Amino acid sequence: MSEREEELQVLKTVKSFQAEKTNLIPMLQQIQALVGYLPSWGMEEVAKHLSIPVGEVYGVATFYNQFRLTPPGKYQVKVCTGTACHVKRSYVILEEWERRLGIKEGQTTEDRLFGLEKVACVGCCALAPVVVIRHNSTEAFYGNMMTSKVNGLILEVERKEGDGSAR
Amino acid sequence: MARPDDLGNRFEQIRQEALARWRALWEDPRALITVGTATCGLAQGAGELLDVLRESSTRLGLEVQVREVGCIGHCYAEPLVTVKMPGMSPYLYARVNPTKAELLLRYVVRDGDPFLDFVMGALQEDELMPPVWDLPRFHYEKRLILEHCGLIDPEDIHHYIAMGGYRALLRSLSMKPEHIIGKLAASGLRGRGGAGFPTAHKWEICKNSPYGSPIVICNGDEGDPGAYMDRAVLESNPHQVLEGLAIAALAVGASLGYVYVRAEYPLAIRRVRKALEDATHLGLMGRDILGTGREFQVRLFEGSGAFVCGEETALIASIQGERGMPRPRPPFPAERGLWGRPTLVNNVKTLALIPKILENGESSFTEIGTPSSPGTMVFSVVGKCEQPGLVEVPLGTTLKQLVFDICGGIPAGKSFKALQIGGPSGGCIPASLQDTPMDYETLQEAGSMMGSGGIVVLDEEDCMVEVARFFLEFTQGESCGKCTFCRIGTRQMLELLTEITMGKATPEHLQLLEELAMDVKLGSLCNLGATAPNPVLTTLRYFRQEYLAHILEKKCPALQCRELTAYYILPERCAAGCDACVGTCPTEAIYTMRNRKKAVEQEKCVKCGECVRACPPEYKAVIRISPATEVPAPQAPRAEKDSH
Repeated sequence: MSEREEELQVLKTVKSFQAEKTNLIPMLQQIQALVGYLPSWGMEEVAKHLSIPVGEVYGVATFYNQFRLTPPGKYQVKVCTGTACHVKRSYVILEEWERRLGIKEGQTTEDRLFGLEKVACVGCCALAPVVVIRHNSTEAFYGNMMTSKVNGLILEVERKEGDGSAR
Repeated sequence: MARPDDLGNRFEQIRQEALARWRALWEDPRALITVGTATCGLAQGAGELLDVLRESSTRLGLEVQVREVGCIGHCYAEPLVTVKMPGMSPYLYARVNPTKAELLLRYVVRDGDPFLDFVMGALQEDELMPPVWDLPRFHYEKRLILEHCGLIDPEDIHHYIAMGGYRALLRSLSMKPEHIIGKLAASGLRGRGGAGFPTAHKWEICKNSPYGSPIVICNGDEGDPGAYMDRAVLESNPHQVLEGLAIAALAVGASLGYVYVRAEYPLAIRRVRKALEDATHLGLMGRDILGTGREFQVRLFEGSGAFVCGEETALIASIQGERGMPRPRPPFPAERGLWGRPTLVNNVKTLALIPKILENGESSFTEIGTPSSPGTMVFSVVGKCEQPGLVEVPLGTTLKQLVFDICGGIPAGKSFKALQIGGPSGGCIPASLQDTPMDYETLQEAGSMMGSGGIVVLDEEDCMVEVARFFLEFTQGESCGKCTFCRIGTRQMLELLTEITMGKATPEHLQLLEELAMDVKLGSLCNLGATAPNPVLTTLRYFRQEYLAHILEKKCPALQCRELTAYYILPERCAAGCDACVGTCPTEAIYTMRNRKKAVEQEKCVKCGECVRACPPEYKAVIRISPATEVPAPQAPRAEKDSH
């Protein structure tokens, strides 16, 4: 999506809601669903539309876990850190992703191919530890993860993307 | 205003239609295959199965109906598939992968051979195969909330009506509100969201509040890490929850309702939305319920993922478009809540029980469970047990029955150490108390609480200090920051615990930790803060020795805390020439010594434990040692031509 398109989408979304404060969260949700994150100018548009301070919109956006203020990676890796995964050492899996991708949790690689985040419980605890990779709004689940599986998953993506460069 | 007999006739028409459709499904000469497609099933490949079944049946020229159903609670056996052939019992097949699905089509559907090797059980009395309710898990379970979950199509309202659904709503339409609340009071139902407040009493307060027209809210903001029963219910049988919500609306006199579901549950949201449309279409909700002139409009609100929003005042704040911060109570929301109007907030499971109580009579409910906690509860059991998943048992079931009889005990011959009940606001109950019957009071006496019903089974390899630290890290991160005790108190407690797990603590740490825990418990505004110290207090109470070992000996008895353990390869057990561990080490910390045995380079080791898993069981050469300083020096120098 080009920036111009993004802008159009956001403006259209903002206009489609009535100017009531109850609509603040649904508006932000819809913008994120369209663009993948909440751009700062988008939040300004929302504030203008609802006649509230931008700080208040930002306050709500940063309060809830769902909202992100940076663009996600093309492949967004979500490492589950719920209780069941934690007792099966999900933190080790997360570290392995950080090591292999050379980024920290919450960041995106320079080429924007991979984003890495930790999430609290994706709800298939019987498969712990779990990693979810989101790509083009489809999510692939990988259960019973081990550190030795991480590199394979990265290579798989790189092969698909035709980028043979080793990380 | 319709007369009562008109009302009955209208509903009877809807019911006959539903029954006809349900019968048609089962009497169809084609084979009927159902696949469990709740999130747990989808995560294990149920979506792929649907494609395979549809594709292969076409290729094989077989006439089959493929239907989606919800979650039956046996997460360890997903994806679950039922096959019903004309003239045969429906059989349940567990762990079906695409290859197995292909075989099922060939053998069962094409050749009529039930393929008994793969069958988990029959879904009705059968000559060939014992029915599933003879399995120990079904034997102990008593299903009210989950009764139809996994057996009907959640996206088809007719299935639910054919099972007797919406009859309780019909009955409520011709009852006085006092009468409905009276029945509920007689059943002794207590809130299944965790705190156990008497439901009838809450309804009463809401009904009598003078502050305007009431609003009812279904609370599906399940934020506990490791608990997913509300999601499973919404994904597997949303109509039962909506029926409960509609009855609540009649009882308190509300014409507006909300279903609040976490945005992280897209499938639940989709199915609830569909259920609302279908119920409105049939006239069971909306502007005019079954021609009685009663109005009940329901809106769906997607929560944005904040643990604190499970607290009713915070949930209300987020619907109003604010940061989800609790406010002091009273006034309780039941008296004054959303936009200043009386607001009834009930958990998904509480609402799902309402139709059952009205349908089967309140005495049938009080017969189950214990005198002070009647009825059943859905628990999600995860962690170190053989058969994790959802179980619905009468309250008063003992912990031992739950872990061993229902969930198959602890895998790999390890010993049972503790149960963590109630998520971040619950506590750890040691194995020594395993004969405790679970109800609201006994759990509270043990220092835990029912909470949402998430249970994590812990074995000898789990460090209790680390478990307490994990939960505190969660609550600290989710604290909304409004009150000082919760915002700063949990932060300080987390730092103390982290220092203990790193072996940097002194005995003063323990005293400070206990004092802080008590202060945070007393000084917090809402239950997130008031219950956050529970994991710490219970582990201190039952596992103080483990804390002391961390502090005094710098040793982690469970060999888990990474700063206090080291990995060592026993040369006498290591097989020269075996390379199993080398390839799995993510940081290449394992090298070959001159005597061709392996050793760990401690500086490089990140203590992931992969080598322990990789070392063949006949050698078992890799061990963990705590304290870390006690690791012996390598036996021999590094081989000069280390091929790795």
